[in-house]
Amino acid sequence: MSNPDDNLNPNDPNTTGHEWDGIKEFDNPLPRWWLWTFYATIIWGVAYLFLFPSIPLINGATPGFLGYSSRADVAADMQKYVDANAAVDQRIAAVDLDQIVGDEALLNYAMNGGAAVFKTRCAQCHGAGAGGFKGYPNLVDDDWLWGGTIEDIYTTISHGIREASDDDTRYSEMPKFGEILEPAEISELVQYVLALSGQNHDADAAAKGKVLFADNCAACHGEDGTGDRDQGAPNLTDAIWLYGGDAATLKESITNARFGVMPAWAGRLSESQIRQVATYVHQQGGGE
Amino acid sequence: MSNPEQTPPLLYAPREPVFPRRVKGFFRSLKWWIMLFTLGVYYLTPWIRWDRGPNLPDQAVLVDLANRRFFFFWIEIWPHEFYFVAGLLIMAGLGLFLFTSALGRVWCGYACPQTVWTDLFILVERWIEGDRNARVRLYKAAWDGRKIRLRLTKWLVWILIALATGGAWVFYFADAPTLLRDVVTGQAAFVAYGSIAFLTASTFLLGGIAREQVCIYMCPWPRIQAAMMDEDTLTIGYREWRGEPRGKHRKADNADQLGDCIDCMACVNVCPMGIDIRDGQQMECITCGLCIDACDDVMSRIGKPRGLIDYMALTDEAPERAGKPTKPIWKHIIRIRTLVYTALWSLVGVLLLVALFMRSDIDLNVSPIRNPVYVTLSDGSIRNTYDIRIRNKQGQAHPFRISVASDADLAVSLQGTESTEITVGADATGSHKVYITAPKGSVAATSGLTNIRIWAEDTENGHRTYRDTVFNGKGQ
Repeated sequence: MSNPDDNLNPNDPNTTGHEWDGIKEFDNPLPRWWLWTFYATIIWGVAYLFLFPSIPLINGATPGFLGYSSRADVAADMQKYVDANAAVDQRIAAVDLDQIVGDEALLNYAMNGGAAVFKTRCAQCHGAGAGGFKGYPNLVDDDWLWGGTIEDIYTTISHGIREASDDDTRYSEMPKFGEILEPAEISELVQYVLALSGQNHDADAAAKGKVLFADNCAACHGEDGTGDRDQGAPNLTDAIWLYGGDAATLKESITNARFGVMPAWAGRLSESQIRQVATYVHQQGGGE
Repeated sequence: MSNPEQTPPLLYAPREPVFPRRVKGFFRSLKWWIMLFTLGVYYLTPWIRWDRGPNLPDQAVLVDLANRRFFFFWIEIWPHEFYFVAGLLIMAGLGLFLFTSALGRVWCGYACPQTVWTDLFILVERWIEGDRNARVRLYKAAWDGRKIRLRLTKWLVWILIALATGGAWVFYFADAPTLLRDVVTGQAAFVAYGSIAFLTASTFLLGGIAREQVCIYMCPWPRIQAAMMDEDTLTIGYREWRGEPRGKHRKADNADQLGDCIDCMACVNVCPMGIDIRDGQQMECITCGLCIDACDDVMSRIGKPRGLIDYMALTDEAPERAGKPTKPIWKHIIRIRTLVYTALWSLVGVLLLVALFMRSDIDLNVSPIRNPVYVTLSDGSIRNTYDIRIRNKQGQAHPFRISVASDADLAVSLQGTESTEITVGADATGSHKVYITAPKGSVAATSGLTNIRIWAEDTENGHRTYRDTVFNGKGQ
């Protein structure tokens, strides 16, 4: 260790006496204002300790004399936005559904609010981009099982599909034709459905299937196979398939029958939220 | 180990008060003019008006945080053009390097706000409390009625200056006349009052009370500047070979052996940092030049040549001592290093100017929607969706037609409208969903990616811009 007095330059201040590999430290005093600032931060820290939540305990922290809570802060902040949006929420719930799309302010609000609802409640089945999955309808195409006007979409969201708890739910059920028809007959039906949608098919089998279709399927899917939206019966002549349009999948669908279920959202979402998300879905490119 | 017999050192040091004396001379005049200019620019700029038409603010320099716009006379900067601001900051940095390598801490001594406002506060102090000797006496005097009156008067004037400083700052962020009225009538936003209060307090404390402590203890620049300077840099020094040995007794027996320095302390008394330049270059020196003025004044009075304290470079010392001619000033300033800094500074400046003049008044952004990548429609055609944003930087609303250029057979449609035109408001961004559809079985529909170009054309003046993107078909 060095001698604090052995400075190179006689004008230099003393050193602290500490030395590391020949490097010595001057013992310059702190400026007084710095010291005052330091004391001020100590006072601030002690005051903070008592005024705000600070010391962690087993079930939380000391509450502090000001009673501040960041959670209450968030709740108050959120309530502020709920209050601020109350007027536009009431308007959205009150106007005709068609008018939301025509009003720029309402449309903007509904699109943003609807996107939030969709991504929280709908994206699990229909996908974040509303593109759907096998068995879960694609909402951005131009094909709708139960109708694609904003009124239709609103009804579907409100009451769901095959939702037992809702009396106004949309309901239909396709019979399991595996219990009604012979496997050979089902194969002929498959060939006819392939023909309906313009795919490669066996013409002879399709001709036999056409008769079977008129007897068993036309009641719901229509004589020309274009479906019936009142019953949620899909259009079989277009290029869009919920489960798949190849022969094997069609055979499976006819034999065992398939249908999905969607929850009813009335009561779980507010009227304004349902209208917002109906608007959002309607504006994704498929709305009629 | 430390010596146990030594008295323990103080843990803190009180500030040594500095009472700079009034001085006249070239550098003092230069500093007055620079102060007048910089403070004038600072206080008056928000009040300059600039007509931009009915939809835009008429303040020449305005940072519009709420609408995220920066207006500078005829230039309007949007947030995505922030690189202009970054470029100006780079130029400011390079400029600082240039000036420091040529002229030392010329920024600290003449242009730094801390220096300018401290100078102004010292001027006020001198008007109210008198020059150095009077101020020293007042400092040592007991707190009688006169001292309290003088101190209160000085602080009041300081606070008024500080208030004007904080007040001028907020005018850069809102329409100045409106904000002034709102501030006076108590209707301005809390952030305005908060900013004014904070800047008033900081101006008062830093310019009036802390002064040189800011430069010595708070500012990092004095510690960095050593890396910017070299032995050719012009800085302020004392010609110790001419001045020493110093002595007051001009008529003493040994007068002919004394140097030119008469140890009158004029250079120390005028120094706003409270240092003695004759100790050599030191970190505290902000190179304000006042000691040069003070010493030149004394030298001329005793009939000696000026320049005992002067701007000089380290390389001048050896030839001067040897009585040889030194490098001319311009050779200290124009060197490879300063030329490189100047070239870099100019390069950034030219690039910014080119970028500024090549800016378009419309701007298009295209984001292809990837979820889902494509949609099959009932008739078997394939549709892609794109979110487009059009920035209309013109002062009026304009209609824009959206079209697609591609070898493939593609149709464009817009969400919610039959036409392919959308109107974007004045100085605003318009977002819209665009659909592009390829017919069933077409090349674009059945292949993987097809390159396409989306155009937005202003149908009023024909200005147009494009973005290249891709169309996703089924075959991928």
